[in-house]
Amino acid sequence: MCAMTSPRSLSEVWSEAEVVRKSFPHSFSDQIVTDIYGNVEQITKQVLSKKESKRYIFDQRVDDVVTSKWFGYPLMLLLLVIVFWLTMTGANLPSRLLSSGLFAFQDQLTLWFQWIGAPAWVHGILVLGVYRTLAWVIAVMLPPMAIFFPLFTLLEDSGYLPRIAFNLDHIFKRSKACGKQSLTMCMGFGCNAAGVTSCRIIDSPRERLIAILTNNFVPCNGRFPTLIVISSIFIGGAFAAPYSGLVNALAITGLILLGIGATLLVSWLLSLTILKGEPSSLVLELPSYRRPQIGAVIYRSIIDRTLFVLRRAIIITAPAGALIWVLGNIHMGQESMIAYLAHYLNPFGQLFGLDGFIVMAFILGIAANEIVLPILLMSYLSTGYLQDFASLDALRTVLVSNGWTWLTAINVLLFTLFHWPCSTTLLTTNKETGSKKWVLLSFALPTLTGLTVCFLLTQGARFLGLV
Amino acid sequence: MNLTAEQKRVLWEDRFGISLADGQIGIALAGNPNVGKSTIFNALTGLHQHTGNWPGKTVDNAQGAFLYEQKSFLLVDLPGTYSLLAHTVEEQIARDFLCFAYPDVTIVVLDATCLERNLNLALQVFEITPKVIVCLNLMDEAEKKRLMIDVPSLERELGVPVVATAARQGVGLTELKQKIVQVASGSLQTNPRQIVYSSEVEKAVKQLLPLVGSLANNTLPLRWLALRLLDGDRSFLESLSSYLGVDPCWEGLRCAQ
Repeated sequence: MCAMTSPRSLSEVWSEAEVVRKSFPHSFSDQIVTDIYGNVEQITKQVLSKKESKRYIFDQRVDDVVTSKWFGYPLMLLLLVIVFWLTMTGANLPSRLLSSGLFAFQDQLTLWFQWIGAPAWVHGILVLGVYRTLAWVIAVMLPPMAIFFPLFTLLEDSGYLPRIAFNLDHIFKRSKACGKQSLTMCMGFGCNAAGVTSCRIIDSPRERLIAILTNNFVPCNGRFPTLIVISSIFIGGAFAAPYSGLVNALAITGLILLGIGATLLVSWLLSLTILKGEPSSLVLELPSYRRPQIGAVIYRSIIDRTLFVLRRAIIITAPAGALIWVLGNIHMGQESMIAYLAHYLNPFGQLFGLDGFIVMAFILGIAANEIVLPILLMSYLSTGYLQDFASLDALRTVLVSNGWTWLTAINVLLFTLFHWPCSTTLLTTNKETGSKKWVLLSFALPTLTGLTVCFLLTQGARFLGLV
Repeated sequence: MNLTAEQKRVLWEDRFGISLADGQIGIALAGNPNVGKSTIFNALTGLHQHTGNWPGKTVDNAQGAFLYEQKSFLLVDLPGTYSLLAHTVEEQIARDFLCFAYPDVTIVVLDATCLERNLNLALQVFEITPKVIVCLNLMDEAEKKRLMIDVPSLERELGVPVVATAARQGVGLTELKQKIVQVASGSLQTNPRQIVYSSEVEKAVKQLLPLVGSLANNTLPLRWLALRLLDGDRSFLESLSSYLGVDPCWEGLRCAQ
């Protein structure tokens, strides 16, 4: 009634303003900000004599390229590809050396156990269970981590990471999420639990929830080794030597882009459905570029990241290795316990192009994503298909002899990217959102995404007779 | 807006949780984060401070009193913000205080080492209130970085007094206090530079200006009001109806959307 009686009511003016705003060819608020800066620039030109330091000019020059419309994204991709290429090519040789060294030591251990006359089951649990698992974890995961993490820390330390957030801000706004989500997502590449906590920087509760719920769509430190190893074996391995490294790097970069794409898509869907609203903007101060401090980079990447992840993997894998050896050697009728469990899960796994062992590894991996690959290997090995392996190529043989195809590998990669968050992340989500409902959703979103993608891919490939 | 002293005292107490004593002159202190705003605040008010939260928000609110030339001043430290376009709670608080508390004087503290980024906020403040003093802080740092700022011509460009300070060394604070007294008493007239927008924005503003005339009972600059409406800033609409009780229809509008 009031809109009619008072011709200039606020609501009327508001809708009038809306009409004008919408008739504007581009964003009205962006134009306002641009204009303000135009005025500012005029004033500054009058009063400031630019004896600006060389380093400021240097920063400006670099930023003009790094955050430019045309070079921003390609440069980002290029850097990612280079980082992964270095990781994969560099990790090859040390992995080989480590595995041959560690497994040679296993033979020595076996000899000692025989010498002291230890019973077979003690040798089984400690050497074949615990030691062999740990040897695999270290040989497979340590070299890529020891190369990848310092490179990543180097990017962080040089000041490039805030530029990535700056570049991504605008597409996050497109998907109606907060630009700051690009920061929390980058944090998620390190650790999803930390990423979820970092969502506190987002003020709007709606945008914060979106950021929390989608954080798990990018792979964390614990998942990178799995991605890198599986991809090196099956994707890079399919190409001849000079190209395999590059193909691998491209594949991992593609997976990361897929993760980012899913983050954006799901954010957008969420803000269209249960978390409706308009995006707000962020103010991001770009720190000046610094020469990375080598000491700090090495310390942070080796101690804080590499050893941290390795420790977490070892602490959980060691008992798991023992358990799996026991399960693999207790027989229920014809089958070992582990084969029994895997067969039980197998039909479900097959539906998505995985198998029972893979599903089991992922389920146990809820404790920590780092252990998915070790558990998987141990489960395969405990069934006694293959006992003798001296080089990393044996890994491929192990997997192939267990029925892996390129499709299985791709499905594992995709499922590594899109599945439930680890227990730490779930607990953190519970703490940050204070509601079981959101925890459940943060569990369901990536899981359903992963299952859907794998299902479609597998059924599609089978239908076309590609496998 | 001409409020009586009593009306203003009640307004500050009720809506902003700030106790303004009788005859006290209210000053807002605005600025980007990390420009030495707190240093200036502490230097001016010494130990006569009171800290709390902004009503209903988890953002710190500090007020401090000082005497100068037998006049009493209450300095309100606004949250550090890069702009007033209300993207964050801090910006909303700063904007609402400048718009609806009608401080007698507003000081905008600028970081002399990154003038360009800081002027952005100053120009936005100029759009809301004319009684502004610009405090160009961190002059010592600027000198170290060999940045030369022509203060007299900056003053001319901006149309408000500009005081160069190095608050950590206590340089320029007396001059700042003198300017505060002069601007508050009206003996020093200010004429802040208004932002010139691109022609398409100006056209849109012109289209809307006749409509906004009576909206805010002439308590806000119309141009600025029109710009915020065009901006589509909902938080501003909410503040508008909450502080001025402008439009009972607003609730209905929100339901309809």
